Amino acid sequence: MATKAYQRIYTKLEGITKATVSLRAQGVSNDELAVVDGRLAQVVRIKGDQVTLQIFSGTEGIPTNAEITFLGEPPTLKVSEQLSGRFFDAYGHPIDGGPEIDGEERQIGGPSVNPYKRRQPSQLIPTGIAGIDLNNTLVSGQKIPFFADPDQPYNQVMADVALRADVDKIILGGMGLSNDDYLFFRHSFEAAGALDKIICFINTTENPPVERLLVPDMALTAAEYFAVDKNEKVLVLLTDMTLYADALSIVSNRMDQIPSKDSMPGSLYSDLAKIYEKAVQLPTDGSITIIAVTTLNDGDITHAIPDNTGYITEGQLFLRADSDTGKVIIDPFRSLSRLKQLVQNKKTREDHSQVMNASVRLYADAQNAKTKLENGFDLSDYDHRCLAYAKDYARELLAIDVNISITEMLDTAWKLFAKYFSPAETGIKQALIDKYWKS
Amino acid sequence: MSTKGIVKGIVSNLVTVQADGPVAENEICYILSGGTRLMAEVIKVNGDKASVQVFESTRGLKVGDQVEFEGKMLEISLGPGLLSSVYDGLQNNLATMESVFLKRGEYTDPLDREKLWDFTPLVKPGDKVSAADWLAQVKEGWLPHKIMVPFSFKGIFTVKSIKEAGQYKVDEVIAVLGNDAGEDVPVTMVQKWPVKLAVKAYREKPRPNRIMETGVRVIDSFNPIAEGGTGFIPGPFGCGKTVLQHAIAKQGDADVIVMAACGERANEVVEIFTEFPELIDPHTGRRLMERTTIICNTSNMPVAAREASVYTAMTICEYYRAMGLKCLLLADSTSRWAQALREMSNRMEELPGADAFPVDLSAIISNFYSRAGMVVLNNGQTGAVTFIGTVSPAGGNLKEPVTESTKKAARCFYALEQNRADQKRYPAVGPLESYSKYLDYPEIIEYLDKTVEPGWTGKVHTAKNLVRRGKEASEQINILGDDGVPMSYHINFWKSELIDFVILQQDAFDTIDALCPMERQRYMLDLVLEICKKDFEFEDFEKCREFFKNLINQLRQMNYSAWQSEQFYSYNDSVKKLIA
Repeated sequence: MATKAYQRIYTKLEGITKATVSLRAQGVSNDELAVVDGRLAQVVRIKGDQVTLQIFSGTEGIPTNAEITFLGEPPTLKVSEQLSGRFFDAYGHPIDGGPEIDGEERQIGGPSVNPYKRRQPSQLIPTGIAGIDLNNTLVSGQKIPFFADPDQPYNQVMADVALRADVDKIILGGMGLSNDDYLFFRHSFEAAGALDKIICFINTTENPPVERLLVPDMALTAAEYFAVDKNEKVLVLLTDMTLYADALSIVSNRMDQIPSKDSMPGSLYSDLAKIYEKAVQLPTDGSITIIAVTTLNDGDITHAIPDNTGYITEGQLFLRADSDTGKVIIDPFRSLSRLKQLVQNKKTREDHSQVMNASVRLYADAQNAKTKLENGFDLSDYDHRCLAYAKDYARELLAIDVNISITEMLDTAWKLFAKYFSPAETGIKQALIDKYWKS
Repeated sequence: MSTKGIVKGIVSNLVTVQADGPVAENEICYILSGGTRLMAEVIKVNGDKASVQVFESTRGLKVGDQVEFEGKMLEISLGPGLLSSVYDGLQNNLATMESVFLKRGEYTDPLDREKLWDFTPLVKPGDKVSAADWLAQVKEGWLPHKIMVPFSFKGIFTVKSIKEAGQYKVDEVIAVLGNDAGEDVPVTMVQKWPVKLAVKAYREKPRPNRIMETGVRVIDSFNPIAEGGTGFIPGPFGCGKTVLQHAIAKQGDADVIVMAACGERANEVVEIFTEFPELIDPHTGRRLMERTTIICNTSNMPVAAREASVYTAMTICEYYRAMGLKCLLLADSTSRWAQALREMSNRMEELPGADAFPVDLSAIISNFYSRAGMVVLNNGQTGAVTFIGTVSPAGGNLKEPVTESTKKAARCFYALEQNRADQKRYPAVGPLESYSKYLDYPEIIEYLDKTVEPGWTGKVHTAKNLVRRGKEASEQINILGDDGVPMSYHINFWKSELIDFVILQQDAFDTIDALCPMERQRYMLDLVLEICKKDFEFEDFEKCREFFKNLINQLRQMNYSAWQSEQFYSYNDSVKKLIA
């Protein structure tokens, strides 16, 4: 740790934009923090003695004769067991009225885990939601976002998932969270009596957007403390990563960088990967699992933010309003968990993957039947059965308000198969039919 | 005296250095910051100012920090022990790093300096040799690893002395060579080579003239890649790029496989670490890991080293090619490499090309692809580097600079389609958009005539045509309805489905279907084409569908049965009965 024998103080700014200021200063180090007119800032560019600082809370009202103090170190977080049950702002200061944290001071955004020291993820994370557990099983050490339109209840689903998951710590990184949603999370955690294992870093819409850039690194530094030092299973919730990326584009724009697709910075992929790749299964049983939210603009996944995210994360969970049942479901076609085969049939019943494939395939046949119906063609008997099955399947398994065990999900699927189809129509292996078919 | 410098400016990982002496483009330098030495590469020089890209995080760097220039480009060490290793993009051995986290400025030795290798000389004193000539051989697992005259040696040398057969460490002098000037040059088992330069110590580079089998039908039968050829796989996320690439890595008919994980997920690399030591190479019966080197620069590792990683991987392939071996390089994903170039170009405030990529992107990509190829060595033997890269097009749109530039450089195009992936038709390689230019090479046509069967290429084109006709029919059926088209449309559609389900689709997770040798591919394609040649008559389209669905099911069961097993022939018989 650098000593603070003296602090360098300057009083002349040469340039001010909405997110950055620049001045002439000596001996400044890259990434170090500074305080400009009482606001926290970070060095983002040094050119000779010309230093550019990004002001997290915005530059409104900063005068050219503002006092600038360099702090000599990058942003840090104090880590210890005292973090548990606490609520912090983006800088790691308590916002719950409690005392400051005592503990080891760690730089945030630190180095990544040596890939060779990782272990292959293999522990199931059950959530009770069949659209996840049955079709897109989650595994500890995985990173996966919800892709959802802004009007969908993604924060509620995420809170449900977090509270049902069997983990030691839940760390929430809220970026641009509405105050209502922040209170919602707080109340659900309190109501579930889970406060002792919750840690929150919150930036609400009332806070300046650039502050958000600190939130994921803060949350993940805390996560690494519990996963690496304490060998705990940690679940990190990041909502909403689209607003995080928007903040990135604001800063790069103010620094006159040439934007790439959708006016996002050219480094968007690396910036997002640095966050998501913190998800890890350590050989010591500690793990970090990341569940994030990426809000979409009218379901458009080709936009740079969801597109880059999709290439980084291990799948995505797609929320969609189902017109047949009037419920929000987890779309079985566009959702994917890339790690599901590591636990299906191994940590779950032997018929899991076959039941999953058959049930989705039949649901796809129902969609085809629907298209036929819309185009005015006649429906066959099979088409009618598919349509009836799809309704039951959406209500009893795909809907996000389902909360049952994986064995119950499998049994429900077998029940629906028997209700509408012959064994041959499901295309499931004969041995499994013999064992599980509900005649 | 080597050149020294002082840091003058920092933007992310681009650092401006004022140098006090000569500086070369792509020269390596070290920045001394707070007790660590951070490696960097010169990417632009302007007056006495050099712009360098740092291969590590630049956090804490200061104006005024000292810089030492190395006087050489980024080099890697080539010698026995490369196989089975796991390196980062700069050839640091990841397995020998101690801490869980990657420490900044920690560099580890790529080769085991203490291991003793079984050494056999191949030359004797007095022999004349030149760069890349074989001096000796050591056993690297099963592979006869040649110790060569370093690629950088120019001119003719005379062997002055060579060690006797025995066990030696890599750093021992195993031979002394005399040059024209009468100087003696010692040679060890290790040589260094700058990764950005292609190794050209061979006699000639002819056109590829044979196929590299992958056991994947849609590649080998439909769009074969040549040994020493190039290909690329673009596709949106979730279309099975990784699964297809792993299948090629597991089954590809090559002596050496180098996998470059370039800016991709760490868990995918972990899958290789976990599985490859267990899996068996179908060609040699040995563990897959024995023939594999992994270059791992995952997406959260420093961006600049991502660019280096593909060059490091290529250089290792070229090294083994010079031993007369067949090498296969798989790079996932070259888009991440292009993005690294974009980030740097952006920080240097260069005028951008399309989508903010540097304007010379296309040239850089073709230059890299051109390093693959089959070569004739000085001793007349041949070696090959086959290169397959993946591309991750933004938004799944193939009209973007990386895909377009790669299309100009690579000879095989395996387009993964979202549509096919959604229907779980894996591998999701689109049968009509994808192509292999090798199918037009007279040498390849002749090779296929000889090794598969006479007229093979013609059959492949027939099959492609049937798929095209089927697609047209299916479009008509969708517009006009099942009853609105003549029966022949239904038959054409189902013939193309037959080819799709039996030949194009393949289950990468089934122990038997995953690997389909060429002989078996020939049998299946012949059988399917024989069926397609027949004229069928049906009462109505329902009957037609039923007939083909049944046929497809029987043929798929054949794919799942062991080759030429009783089960295989029993399904074969039922197929023959159906079409009799």
